[in-house]
Amino acid sequence: MTFQSIIFYVFAAVLIISALRVITAKNPVHAAMFLVLSFFTAAALWLLIYAEFLAITLILVYVGAVMVLFLFVVMMLDINFDKLREGFWKHLPIAATVAILMVVQMALLLMGKAINLKDAGPIVPAAGASNTKELGRILYTDYLLPFELAAVVLLVAMVAAIALTLRGRKESKSQNVGDQVRVKAGDRLKIVKMDAVVDVPAAPAPEVAEEKKA
Amino acid sequence: MSVSIPNMNFLLAAPEIFLLIMTCVIMLVDLYSSAEKREGRLLFLSIFTLLVFTMRLAVDSYYEPNVFARYAFNGMFVVDGMAVILKAAIAIAVAMVIIYSRAYLVARNMFTGEFILLILFATLGMMIMVSANHFVTLYLGLELLALSSYAMVALNRDSVTSSEAAMKYFILGALASGLLLYGLSMVYGATGSLDVAKVAKVIDYSRANDPLVTFGLVFVVAGLAFKLGVVPFHMWVPDVYHGAPTPMTLFIGSAPKIAAFGFIMRILADSMGGAVADWQDMLVILAALSLALGNIIAIAQTNLKRMLAYSTISHMGFLLLGILAGTKNGYSSGMFYIITYVLMTLAAFGMIMLLSRAGFEADNLDDFKGLNQRSPWYAFLMLIVMFSMAGIPPFLGFWAKLAVLEGALNAGYTWLVVFAVLMSVIGAFYYLRIVKLMYFDEPTDNSPIVAAAGFRGLLATNALALLVLGLFPGLLMTACLNAIQRSL
Repeated sequence: MTFQSIIFYVFAAVLIISALRVITAKNPVHAAMFLVLSFFTAAALWLLIYAEFLAITLILVYVGAVMVLFLFVVMMLDINFDKLREGFWKHLPIAATVAILMVVQMALLLMGKAINLKDAGPIVPAAGASNTKELGRILYTDYLLPFELAAVVLLVAMVAAIALTLRGRKESKSQNVGDQVRVKAGDRLKIVKMDAVVDVPAAPAPEVAEEKKA
Repeated sequence: MSVSIPNMNFLLAAPEIFLLIMTCVIMLVDLYSSAEKREGRLLFLSIFTLLVFTMRLAVDSYYEPNVFARYAFNGMFVVDGMAVILKAAIAIAVAMVIIYSRAYLVARNMFTGEFILLILFATLGMMIMVSANHFVTLYLGLELLALSSYAMVALNRDSVTSSEAAMKYFILGALASGLLLYGLSMVYGATGSLDVAKVAKVIDYSRANDPLVTFGLVFVVAGLAFKLGVVPFHMWVPDVYHGAPTPMTLFIGSAPKIAAFGFIMRILADSMGGAVADWQDMLVILAALSLALGNIIAIAQTNLKRMLAYSTISHMGFLLLGILAGTKNGYSSGMFYIITYVLMTLAAFGMIMLLSRAGFEADNLDDFKGLNQRSPWYAFLMLIVMFSMAGIPPFLGFWAKLAVLEGALNAGYTWLVVFAVLMSVIGAFYYLRIVKLMYFDEPTDNSPIVAAAGFRGLLATNALALLVLGLFPGLLMTACLNAIQRSL
């Protein structure tokens, strides 16, 4: 066993345990922190196969941006997560049995003689090869179509997110700068000419001022 | 550093590029249109886009009818006979969905730009699924379709059932995508490639790690079964069909099934055709269970949308009968079946939307009571649809069932064919019950049936097509057979 494979197994074990804690932790903030840990260990696994760019992007994007937003949401919204997961512990025995059965079957198959997976051996990158450069080259040539499609998928996500959350509230008060600039004095103030009234005391001539609803 | 630019052959994907550009144009038009003009513009532009798309395909295949397969984007994208026919069918089905849905959505104040946009993005995803030649492209097409569909189901935010349906659809869909990806990664490990053609070559020359391919196939087939909604991966189908607004159900139940067929063909037949013995048995189990459960549980349903959901499950079982034969005849019968199925589904849901009006859903079986007294013409059209779904000659559904049964019979699955026939006899009960309700019961609801001329014309054409194509079944069947001959 090389030093690299020892590191691999350590990180893999941490990854699996932290992933399990994400779904079993009672406190949602703890769950989010375990998710951060699992992202970190996954990034470490990528570093082991010399995929530096992917590893750094994973940490920057997921840990740096997505998880921070996620923590914000968890802290801002007062959601009773225990209530949401009421069914979780009830169904756990059956689910765990099925899951363990599947894992054991898969392990027996994958480690068995029939599939006969060989040790891949340590990865040695070619001298002077740059992970980032290669990714960039392949993304804009061989994988151009999937790259563009991924962009369309993100566009759909944006359209869907706006369609599902934006409520054009009628009763909300907001300023429309365009209307404010275009407004004329006549729109705001209407001067009504009328005869002077004398006989009734204490009745000032009403000047109708109409606020334009903007 | 010099980068060699591979052969992109962009022009081959011109219809898809056009579709994407027009979708973006529609997004902008939606943004800058006033409320009164929006509806008409959206409708015109979307239908125009889909029709031009279909015309482009038709012109292309007219001028180059005998070309087998052409590749673009450095082998990521393929256009062959199967892709052209399936794409044309998808574009027409989507256009029909939009026309059917318009009045229903306008009455409920839901005919928005987002609906059209999501439908068109989903259409793009379906085109990619049908035409992809690489596992990554296939997966991205699938996700494009799936993401748009989840959002469409949830679009009616104020309805609790819609939100619940969207949640179920989303979670099970994500699980299915995970299974599929895991399986495909195993296939990658066994063959060393993600390219459909290369995987096929490696498996055919038995240079692959065969047990690992089989292992991956288990997950791939499970993922595909989830997406197709066959037993035992069918749990989401009835809830989503029932919970989603009817136009969304119509959409999910129609065009994506054609795309799913193309997707299955690319993965199972195109790339792993060499491992047919492995996936054949899995499909036999899925098909037998779907036929039994779909037909038997549908009898107990009182809601027409739920009944059609279970009927979909059994139809997908029939579709698998064709695919599992593993021969060109079997594949083309599957293709024939899926196009027939989509035509029938469109007409059935079109009927539900015809009888619905603002504030009223005609999705219960009782709403069809005495339809003959209210309108003999619509009752007759519904009769055609139901007879065709039940598989009664001379309607199109009969020929489709016959073709897939023949495919399975030639593959040597006599017991399965006998079983399928028995199950479709059971299934005939609940289709014919609707005919009985329409013709022999008293109507409970006597409100007049009103619909725009375009809607009525389309519905009549759609239902009568089942009869006419059923009288000349050779037309569609030959087209499918030729397409499959020229693509595999």
